[in-house]
Amino acid sequence: MIALIDYGAGNLKSVANALDDLEVNYFVSNKADEINAAEKIIFPGVGEAASAMNKIKEKEIVDVIKNTNKPLLGICLGMQLLATFSEERNTKCLDIVKTVVKQFDSTKVKVPHMGWNKVEYKNANKLFSNVESGENFYFANSFYVPVNEYTIASTFYDTCFSASINKNNFYGVQFHPEKSGKAGLQILKNFIELC
Amino acid sequence: MLCKRIIPCLDVKDGIVVKGTNFVNLREAGSAVELAERYYEEGADELVFLDITATLERRKTLVELVEKVSKVIRIPFTVGGGISKVKDIEKLLNAGADKVSLNSSIVKNPNLISEASQAFGSQAIVAAIDSRTIGDIHKVYVKGGTEETELETIPWCRKVEELGAGEILLTSMNKDGTKSGYDIDLLKYLSEELAIPIIASGGAGNKEHFLEAFKEANVDACLAASLFHYKELEISELKNYLHQNNINVRL
Repeated sequence: MIALIDYGAGNLKSVANALDDLEVNYFVSNKADEINAAEKIIFPGVGEAASAMNKIKEKEIVDVIKNTNKPLLGICLGMQLLATFSEERNTKCLDIVKTVVKQFDSTKVKVPHMGWNKVEYKNANKLFSNVESGENFYFANSFYVPVNEYTIASTFYDTCFSASINKNNFYGVQFHPEKSGKAGLQILKNFIELC
Repeated sequence: MLCKRIIPCLDVKDGIVVKGTNFVNLREAGSAVELAERYYEEGADELVFLDITATLERRKTLVELVEKVSKVIRIPFTVGGGISKVKDIEKLLNAGADKVSLNSSIVKNPNLISEASQAFGSQAIVAAIDSRTIGDIHKVYVKGGTEETELETIPWCRKVEELGAGEILLTSMNKDGTKSGYDIDLLKYLSEELAIPIIASGGAGNKEHFLEAFKEANVDACLAASLFHYKELEISELKNYLHQNNINVRL
């Protein structure tokens, strides 16, 4: 069973709909013991980093996310929260991936980065199995995770940033697989079947 | 590079898609959910639903529409029409919408933009602006284009950006329904002036009009309704044409 974390900051319904398409068994939860008992965890998120972190703390699920050894997929803000720190309202995040989330430069490009953009990789991670490098995915973000040693796919806007990361059992996608048509569904399928 | 987006717009009344010409004379174009599915399959990048049902039941029907639509499409969509409270926005986003479009309500209460963008992120908040040009002056209209306001379009666009809107959906009322092309001058000015994405609306009549809006006005997205509803132009044909003309689109 997949646990879909509900902390009140999410594209939860859309992710749930995509999992329905894939005929996957999942449950929605914000309770640490339930999340801990799942085989895999999806950690969605839209909105703003500081209030999302506060909600995670309120629900007392910081430790279960940080300490899990189950495969976990952070989506959009859910991926950014895996970082050490976010420049979005100077927020201390979960510190799973040692990096700092930065803001796009609005003097160079339109912010938010909104729409479909190419996701490219050199070596295909399991998460990108049957997805070609250069495929377009849907993004809606003003902040980004810089390219770092855990970057498995990248996208170019005013700078090259992490479209996807993987550190041990932790995976993250900056784009919205649940809103990225068939390629997006393939990413979710890969996470569920291969990661 | 970020792709330019093609966005079919569905004006919905009681679950049925209608399209007005200069905001009146509505024609029916079929079920909103069926049409949404067709556009998803044809390669639309995003959809916009504007509920023009003028009844107290609207809020409820809008949530039901969002739930139905989000079950069948896997691309982002925006929903608008009479939304005036943060609580209503929350319900629509929780039902599966990605963004809400706010129009009359933000003219009445501009703080709704900042409240909503703080609560849900600016990427979820689209400021829809209906603009009519009279002489050299661009004025903002509300209530489906029936009521003139004191506001001028360009300063109002700056204001909504400042308050935290994530995008502007600019409809030229002079152009809407005329099929004579988008309002290039105004869109170009706004696109250069503002730091948030601009969606062009009103006036699309053929493929060249889209190319012009992307090339000349450098807008981020183009919206159209009747052109797609009645299959006068197929989305795939449009995107191939744009691609051949060096516009970066998702094929």
